[in-house]
Amino acid sequence: MDFYRSHVLTCAGTGCTSMDSRLVRQGLHDELAKRGLDKEIKVLETGCFGFCNMGPIMVVYPEGTFYCQVQQQDITQIIEEHFIKGRPVERLLYKGQEAQATTEMENIEFFKHQERVVLSNCGKINPENIEEYIAEDGYFALAKCLDMTQEEVIDTVKKSGLRGRGGGGFPTGTKWDFAYKSQSDQKYVVCNADEGDPGAFMDRSVLEGDPHSVLEAMAIAGYAIGANKGYIYIRAEYPIAVERLGIAISQARELGLLGKDIFSKGFDFDIELRLGAGAFVCGEETGLLQSIEGKRGEPRPRPPFPAVAGLWTQPTLINNVETYANIPRIILRGADWFAGMGTEKSKGTKVFALAGKVNNIGLIEIPMGTTLRTIVYDIGGGIPKGKNFKAVQSGGPSGGCIPAEHLDVPIDYDSLMSIGSMMGSGGLIVMDEDNCMVDIAKFYMEFIQDESCGKCPPCRIGTKRMLEILTKITEGRGEPEDLDNLQILASNIKNTALCALGQTAPNPVLSTMKYFRDEYEAHIYEKKCPSKVCQALLSYVIDPEKCKGCGLCARNCPSDAISGKVKEPYSIDQSKCVKCGECMARCKFGAIDKK
Amino acid sequence: MKSIEELKAIKAKNRGDMSVRDAKGAPVINVHMGTCGIANGAREVLIAVMDEIKTRNLTNVHVTQSGCPGMCVEEPLITLTIPGEKPYIYRKVSPENAKAIVTRHVVNKQPVKEWLLNLEN
Repeated sequence: MDFYRSHVLTCAGTGCTSMDSRLVRQGLHDELAKRGLDKEIKVLETGCFGFCNMGPIMVVYPEGTFYCQVQQQDITQIIEEHFIKGRPVERLLYKGQEAQATTEMENIEFFKHQERVVLSNCGKINPENIEEYIAEDGYFALAKCLDMTQEEVIDTVKKSGLRGRGGGGFPTGTKWDFAYKSQSDQKYVVCNADEGDPGAFMDRSVLEGDPHSVLEAMAIAGYAIGANKGYIYIRAEYPIAVERLGIAISQARELGLLGKDIFSKGFDFDIELRLGAGAFVCGEETGLLQSIEGKRGEPRPRPPFPAVAGLWTQPTLINNVETYANIPRIILRGADWFAGMGTEKSKGTKVFALAGKVNNIGLIEIPMGTTLRTIVYDIGGGIPKGKNFKAVQSGGPSGGCIPAEHLDVPIDYDSLMSIGSMMGSGGLIVMDEDNCMVDIAKFYMEFIQDESCGKCPPCRIGTKRMLEILTKITEGRGEPEDLDNLQILASNIKNTALCALGQTAPNPVLSTMKYFRDEYEAHIYEKKCPSKVCQALLSYVIDPEKCKGCGLCARNCPSDAISGKVKEPYSIDQSKCVKCGECMARCKFGAIDKK
Repeated sequence: MKSIEELKAIKAKNRGDMSVRDAKGAPVINVHMGTCGIANGAREVLIAVMDEIKTRNLTNVHVTQSGCPGMCVEEPLITLTIPGEKPYIYRKVSPENAKAIVTRHVVNKQPVKEWLLNLEN
C-alpha cells in the first residue's frame, strides 16, 4: 500500500478550471516531483466546492486547510511553508467579515448555513476514480435495491417526498410508478442534463463532481420501472461534464456495475450519452426525447406523457440530474431521513447557483425552507459595494423576480409559486439598485425569442410582440396602453402555448410588472429610467464644478459631441451624443454623470 | 460486479487510503519541522514514520508537521496526539526511535516512557 501523509484536493470544476486551476495543479505536481515529495503528498482533482468566487480552491488534508485564489506563483510558498514546515500560508486563507483568517471550511460563513447532500461528494472525492465513489458508499444503494422488490424501491422514493428538481416539482415517486405500471417489453430511463437557464450551473457541477451518483440512480430507476437502457442527454457545451461522464460510464462498465447481470441478480442496465447542441427547448422533456431520436427538438402535446409513450413511443422515465443525485442517498439513509429535511410539501435540499450582484458567487445547497435573506446575506455575503438589494430572479426565463418584501419567504416549490416566481432548476440571480427591471424583463424576453422553437404561435409570435413592446418602453416610446397589452399577451401565452417553456415565458414580465410597476410607469410617463440603465432615456452631462477642462472626454468622443476650451468646463451636445458612455469611463475627475 | 462482497472490498481498500481526508478521530503524529528540527534530522524522522505506516498498512493515522516549539536543544521532536488524551512529546527522536514509537505507542498503545519529554504525563 502507498501511504500519503497528505492529500491535496484541487477544484477541477468549470469555475476553477476557467481560473487556470489546471496550471496550478500541474505546477504543484511538477514541483513536488522535483523535490521528491510526490511519494508523500498526493494531488487530486475534485468537484466544485461551490465557493467559485474564491477560486481556484485547494484543500490540504489531514489538516483540512482551505486555501482560496491559489495561483501558480503561490506553489513554492505552499510547498516550503505548509508541506515542509507545516505552517499554513496565512495570506491564502479565507478572510471573511471576521478579521481572523480561518483555515477550516466549516468555519466559513458561506458553508455554515449549507446542508450538502447532493453535493456531499463534490470537493471530497476524485470524480474520475470510481473507487473513491465506492469508498463513499457508492453503488451500495444499487446493491440494496436489487434485494428489494420494484414496488419497495418506488415506495421508498414516494415516501421520501422527493419532487423533480428540474423545475416542475412533480413528485418523483409518482412519476416512477407511472412508468413502472406502463406495460411494455422495452422501457427507457432518461436523464435530463440539458441545463439551459441563464446563470444556472447546478447540474453541471454535480456531473463534474460526482458523475457516478447519477449513473447509480439511473440504474436504480431502471430496476424500479423495468428498463435496461438509459440515456443521458447533455449539452455539448459542458465539455468537462461530458468527459467525466464518459470516464464514469466506462469505469462502471469495467467493474460490471453497468452491463449484464449486475450483482448476479439477473438485472441488465447500460447507459449511453447523447450530446445536445444547446437549444433551450431541448430541456423540455418531450423536445428532449425528440432530439434523442434524432429529430428536430420540438415539444409535442401531452398526453400521452413520456411515462406512457416516450422515447420511440415506449414508456420512458425522465428525471433531471439533481433529482437522480438524491436517489442513492435516499435509498441508503432512508425515506424518513430525507423527509426530515425541508418543509411540509418540499422535502430535502435544493442546490442553487448564486449569481449576479452578490459577494459570494457560487454553488450552494440548502435545506428547503431556508429564506432568501439567509441565502443573499449570510451565505452570499450581501450586496457588493454597499448597494441596496432590489430583487432576486429565480427560476430562469420561467420564473420571476422576487422583491425585498418577500426576502423572508421560505424557499420551497409552493411559496415561490405563490409570489409569482418558481423554483425552476435553481438559478438565483441577485439584483441591486443599478438593475432596471424593465431591462431585465426585456433580457428574458430576448432569450425566449432566441430560444423559442417556433412550433406554436403563442410562443413564437406572442413573445415577439411582448419583446417589441418592452423594447419600445426602454427606448422611451412607451404608451400608457402598453402595460395592458403586455398583460393580455401574457395571459394568452400562458393559456395557449404548447409546452411549459412557452407557458411560463411571460413570468419575468408579469412579476416585474407586479412588483416594480413604478419603474415601468417612470419609463412610460416620465421617459426616465430610474436605475439609469436604458441608454435612450438618459443623458450624459458634465458637471462644470468638477470639470478641469482637460479635454480627454472630447478627444475620445466618437461622435464629436463634446466641445470646450482647455482649462474651462466642457459641455456635451445632447443632439449629437450617442450615449456610449465612453466620456464617463475616461473622465479622471468623476465630472460626468448620467441623468 | 458479482456480489456486494466485492464492492465492500473495494470500499475497504480505498477508505484506508482516503482516511487522510477524514479530519476527526485519528491519532496525529506531528513532526516538528522548524529549521532546528530539520537540521537535526526531522526530515529523516518524518520519512521513517511514513515508512513504518506503509509497512504496517496502517490507516487512519495522520502525519502532520509544525514549526519549532522552542526546545531546539531537544530536536527532533514528535508530538503524538491521540484523541481524548493529552499530547505526548518525544525528544531527540531518531529514525529508528520514530519507527518504534509508531509500533509501540500508536499501534500497541504503550507510550515509550524513556523517550518522553513531559515525564509527568
